[in-house]
Amino acid sequence: MKADVSSSGPPLVELKGISKRYGDLLANDGIDLSIEPGEIHALLGENGAGKSTLVKILYGVIEPSAGEIRWEGRPVTIGSPVEARSLGLGMVFQHFSLFDEMTVAENIAVALSEDWNLATVRSRLSDISRTYGLALDADRAVWTLSAGERQRIEIVRCLLQNPRLLILDEPTSVLTPQEAEHLFGTLDKLSAEGCSILYISHKLEEVRRLCRRATILRAGRVVATIDPRASTAREIAALMVGNEIGEVRSDAPHVPQGDVLSVTHLNMSPAGLHGIALKDINLVARAGEVIGIAGVAGNGQSELFAALSGERVADRADAVVIAGQACGSMGIDARRRLSAAFVPEERLGHAAAPTHRLSENTLISHAATEVSRSGFILLNAAKRLARAIVSSFDVRTPEGDPQARKLSGGNLQKFVIGREVIRKPKLLIVDQPTWGVDAGAARLIRQSLIDLSRDGSAVVVVSQDLDELFEVADRMAVIHHGTLSPLKPIGEWTKEAVGLEMLGVAQVPGGAHAV
Amino acid sequence: MRFELMPRTTVSPVARALASVVAFITAFLIAGFVIWLMGRSPVAAFDVYVLQPLSDPWALQELLVKATPLILIAIGLSYCFRASLWNIGAEGQYVMGAVLGSWLALKTHGTDAGIWVLPLMMLLGIIGGALYGLIPAFLKTRFGVNEILTSLMLVYVAQLTLDYLARGPWRDPKGFNFPQSVTFDPAATLPPIMEAGRVHYGFLFALVAVAVTSVILGRTLFGYRLKLTGDAPRAARFAGFNSKATVMAVFAISGGLAGLAGIAEVSGQIGQIQPSISPGYGFTAITVAFLGRLNPIGILIAALVVALTFIGGESAQILLKLPLDLTQAFQGILLLCVLAADALVSYRIRLVTRGGAK
Repeated sequence: MKADVSSSGPPLVELKGISKRYGDLLANDGIDLSIEPGEIHALLGENGAGKSTLVKILYGVIEPSAGEIRWEGRPVTIGSPVEARSLGLGMVFQHFSLFDEMTVAENIAVALSEDWNLATVRSRLSDISRTYGLALDADRAVWTLSAGERQRIEIVRCLLQNPRLLILDEPTSVLTPQEAEHLFGTLDKLSAEGCSILYISHKLEEVRRLCRRATILRAGRVVATIDPRASTAREIAALMVGNEIGEVRSDAPHVPQGDVLSVTHLNMSPAGLHGIALKDINLVARAGEVIGIAGVAGNGQSELFAALSGERVADRADAVVIAGQACGSMGIDARRRLSAAFVPEERLGHAAAPTHRLSENTLISHAATEVSRSGFILLNAAKRLARAIVSSFDVRTPEGDPQARKLSGGNLQKFVIGREVIRKPKLLIVDQPTWGVDAGAARLIRQSLIDLSRDGSAVVVVSQDLDELFEVADRMAVIHHGTLSPLKPIGEWTKEAVGLEMLGVAQVPGGAHAV
Repeated sequence: MRFELMPRTTVSPVARALASVVAFITAFLIAGFVIWLMGRSPVAAFDVYVLQPLSDPWALQELLVKATPLILIAIGLSYCFRASLWNIGAEGQYVMGAVLGSWLALKTHGTDAGIWVLPLMMLLGIIGGALYGLIPAFLKTRFGVNEILTSLMLVYVAQLTLDYLARGPWRDPKGFNFPQSVTFDPAATLPPIMEAGRVHYGFLFALVAVAVTSVILGRTLFGYRLKLTGDAPRAARFAGFNSKATVMAVFAISGGLAGLAGIAEVSGQIGQIQPSISPGYGFTAITVAFLGRLNPIGILIAALVVALTFIGGESAQILLKLPLDLTQAFQGILLLCVLAADALVSYRIRLVTRGGAK
């Protein structure tokens, strides 16, 4: 790692007036940004603020419509990621690009130029692992690794090429609090050695922990460059979303009534080759409460959602009981008729069909709504329902009845949640309700979940966002590798305790929870 | 340097309608160029291919006769294709429908069986095609076998079965050893709609299929189910639509309609079983389905256009000594032009030069 750049010289990289236009949309609008050698610089902004576009321009994935990039003071054109890497840029994407069946060393070697071979990769890998505390076993197959370990592969892959600037896109979204803390240690060390870091996030606390300068984007423009430690999280959030955001709150206290959902000894084999088996899941959701299910992505959340919704049926009917009816062997339609409603994680393609109009998308939960009669579609009823959802959940649409893909992520999420909440189901199960959604929409969604529960429904929220769960849940459990911890009132959980459960290393006195 | 397709933000309906017209003109220009390369006059060819059939009453009837199987099969295929299931074996289902229906015609040959024979033959035609279509559907749902391969390969099985029957057990003993069955009795012959006309009742079946399918695809939950399965399979499962049942249903429907086309053609047009009962209707119908953009009315129009090229191709063979292959080539050119026009309406082409970030 080179650390010979003095901070009195020109900035390592300087973006001047970068703009990117997609049709009518100005994704980046005259952005200026400079990063000093050895600096950890935060790029903050809501989803859709233009962070990803800017980073892709910097990394040579897309070309800007206007603007200039200077590298150590001289103008450069970065035409491809290969050119970016040869300049000294490294990037760790939010979504990993790893081959599941190959080993760690093979995955690293495959991304490097041909003058590397497996032996040299192996030796450099152990050097870097030791120096930066990035423990990795070179011969493990990737599919056996946790998300945190996979991320380490991506980081090591960058570090092997001695980058001058390392870009990390939402790196902690897949990490437990402990793993995140470990990552911060690594980044501090890299920065001390002179490597600059561009840290993209929307989590304010970690930005305040890591960075001395933060550039805040909103709607494609730079709204401020600040020292995040000198502002409160609330002030920064206000800059990001443009106005003060309220907190969600519940008017009525949590008064649970009878059981609406009860899951007992639910087991399910994994769906695919690398799926997670559900092992002895026990869970009760009562009318009037919000149940939170925390966990790091890929620990069985989607399998649990499929088992609860009936997209996959259990081997025993009494493994899942909804509203007093044993329905473990019933499909999703039959469960909807028991007044249950479901919102899966993927908005486009799972919860909604991208190229279909909103009115057509109401037909997806047709089993429980009045949009069809004896096999015929009631087109006017569907349009009315879509309009009702759009107006009661503040869905901003470009036209009257647009295709689902024309909506922004937040607005589509409000629509798919609204589609279920509007009929006041007795049970609502939501997987990642605010994933990739702007703060305003997230707040509205969380509030509608709480309101639904206070009106006497049971709500189950599966989420990776711990802050969200602490905000909405009355009781919470943690899923780890297909096993669910016991449900405890939210007040009895600490973030540390949740983190330990997420890692599967919690020590429960008396060994109360079976694995 | 490379080309990129950029989605257009707004597409006017006028541009979309105009695109089809431009596609047709382009296809004719390309075909004209090919004919000119072959040393014939493109103008004379256009006259023989298009104008003469349209101005001759006999040829117009022939047009409807040729369009009938194309409409029936393509309507059936539109159920599959809407759900992104690729039934390439309609030709085989057509043959098997014809075989099962003809079995009854030959069984009752020479008896004084009544008017029940014809409806039952049609029903058997539907059943034969549907069962044959269900084979690839079953293999797909049970073992995950790709339906494109199985449905296509089953075409050859069906054709050879027909060949065997025509040359073997079903051959007319008094037919001078020609590989043909006896001519069907009048009770087993689909009558013309108008006295002494050429157009048989199969054309009415086709019109009914177009009307019913318009309602099913546009107005019913089942129609939406197919669209959702094709556009977003996970959403279809989330909507409670069992994907295996969808596969079975659309293959049975498209097989059944292909089978009906087969028995209607044999009973109303050919009048006997012979080794070849189709000039490739089952394959041409795939083109027709896409030319018609999987829309029932569109398919009706596309089938008439393609039938015109069949008839024009026959006269061109006689009058201009142009090979029949040219007809198939033209059908292909037409399809490519329509697809290209569709793409260019939805996207614009952009030339990207390396390092053009200035």
